[in-house]
Amino acid sequence: MTLINASSHRVEIATSASRLAAIAGFVIVVLLFAAPAFVSRRLLQDLFFILTMLGLAQCWNLLAGYGGLVSIGQQAFVGIGAYALFGTSILLGVNPVPAILIGGVVAALLAIPTAFFAFRLAGAYFAIGTWVIAEIVRLLVAQWKMLGGGTGTSLPNSIRREFWFTETIQDLFGVRAAASRDILAYWLALILVLSVIGGIYWLLRSRRGLALSAVRDNLQAARSVGVDALRMRWFVFISAAFGTGMIGALIYMQKARISPDAAFSVQDWTAYVIFIVVIGGIGTIEGPIIGVLVFFILQALLADFGSWYLMILGVIGIAVMLFAPRGLWGLFSDRTGIQLFPIRRRLVRPMISNDKREG
Amino acid sequence: MTILSLNNVSKSFGALRVADSITFDVVQGEALGIIGPNGAGKSTLFNLITGNLKCDAGTVHYIGEDVTRSSAMQRCLNGMGRSFQIPQPFEKLTVYENLLVAATFGRNASEQAVIEDCAAILEQTEMMPRANAVAGSLSLLERKRLELARAMATQPKLLLLDEIAGGLTEGECQTLIGTIKSIHSSGTTIIWIEHVLHALTAVVERLLVLDFGKLVAIGEPDTIMESKEVREIYLGIDV
Repeated sequence: MTLINASSHRVEIATSASRLAAIAGFVIVVLLFAAPAFVSRRLLQDLFFILTMLGLAQCWNLLAGYGGLVSIGQQAFVGIGAYALFGTSILLGVNPVPAILIGGVVAALLAIPTAFFAFRLAGAYFAIGTWVIAEIVRLLVAQWKMLGGGTGTSLPNSIRREFWFTETIQDLFGVRAAASRDILAYWLALILVLSVIGGIYWLLRSRRGLALSAVRDNLQAARSVGVDALRMRWFVFISAAFGTGMIGALIYMQKARISPDAAFSVQDWTAYVIFIVVIGGIGTIEGPIIGVLVFFILQALLADFGSWYLMILGVIGIAVMLFAPRGLWGLFSDRTGIQLFPIRRRLVRPMISNDKREG
Repeated sequence: MTILSLNNVSKSFGALRVADSITFDVVQGEALGIIGPNGAGKSTLFNLITGNLKCDAGTVHYIGEDVTRSSAMQRCLNGMGRSFQIPQPFEKLTVYENLLVAATFGRNASEQAVIEDCAAILEQTEMMPRANAVAGSLSLLERKRLELARAMATQPKLLLLDEIAGGLTEGECQTLIGTIKSIHSSGTTIIWIEHVLHALTAVVERLLVLDFGKLVAIGEPDTIMESKEVREIYLGIDV
């Protein structure tokens, strides 16, 4: 895209690589939407896992990579979003599909008191603080007897049969009810992830994205040029919680079974997510995409190794942090200069337009 | 008209009194220089004026309003721009983007509206060739220029400059003097902390001398530099 100004200077953001990527991306998105027509149910479930983990990773990356807020308590929002879906559908009779949105709203509401306490802490204390808050929420939810307390509960069949659009999907693909629910969940995951990536990219291309980078790079200087640093942090924290909550709700709609220990698992919803972002490349949109694919492959390869699996993941994570601190995508991007989601604004003088470009 | 007015402003770091009942006024359109030995409290005074530090006692009035309790961000939005003695660039943004943050947020404008203005500032501060370089890759000299450029981008009514001439060659220093003179002649009020006295005296109309957090003297540069007290503080420095 080019921001055209009436007079001599221009600002360019797009690169030739990003224009190609946009076309390729469009083709991939179309293929992904059409996937239920030609891939197996097993593969569709794998894609669902990849998409939802990617969505969580993008949200965490927004928080930590762009906002400088390293939270290890994002499981609080996955869990509360999921429980909001179960609560509203079982107790209030809301259809689970729109209840995904409620999951996001409830997570965003939980983010308000969480931020109120956690923003008083900095760095490592912030990280631990968010974790502690997530544990408190897990313990509180485990007291909720109507949703099974500590052992959790399942979505009753009566509700599962009522998922929106599943009958249309059954007719369309000639599949059974269970398979149609997988297709629905997959499509919803795809839409959610595209919205999260699109939303983050839009944010970073806007004035707010600049402010976010400024706050991350130098808080004092950002304040001195008029950036409301605290407001930016609130905005990012609540947005990330909203996205995380919706994805959490969708994950458990698909699982149809919830328990506090699973829904508020720091390993599943934060540790893996951090691993994905770190090995892929923190502070880039491309990074988590690469990261989630690597994570999925590793998980498939190491599935039989039991607890060795976690140790190997840890070793790989440490190795990447030491030898490629900007992740696999950073390594690639530094060598080639390629960016698929460019956010750099390049000032161009038309007179000498194509020389002297730096950075 | 008085643009800035400090009244008995004090600040201590533990037992160390870095600003000791400082009182002075700055008239709109004036250029004031601040000198004093290292550790005299010059940068601290700036931080108290801009709101990066809170006063222990005393008041700061800016354009007729008491801003003693308002934040650095609020003061910037009211037209206070500053540079930092130790450059504080947004390292991962480019030079142009550094200016863009200041221009869009400092004066609440859209990105398109400030393109030409940012470009003009880059030309004026001789940073245009580095416009698309990441700020983290700049040399110290370039970082200092970026500090000035970024402060200018907020379009301040009151511009506070903290030691931007140190380490410049004579030629570069003359260019800098020219730049600051032109900012000043466009009506911007300037307060400038500087060790390079000839650069300072080429621009400012008054000098303020700080020592151990106390205001020692304030007045016309010639009178100040001739006073015995100031010469004692600056023993060994010829003017």
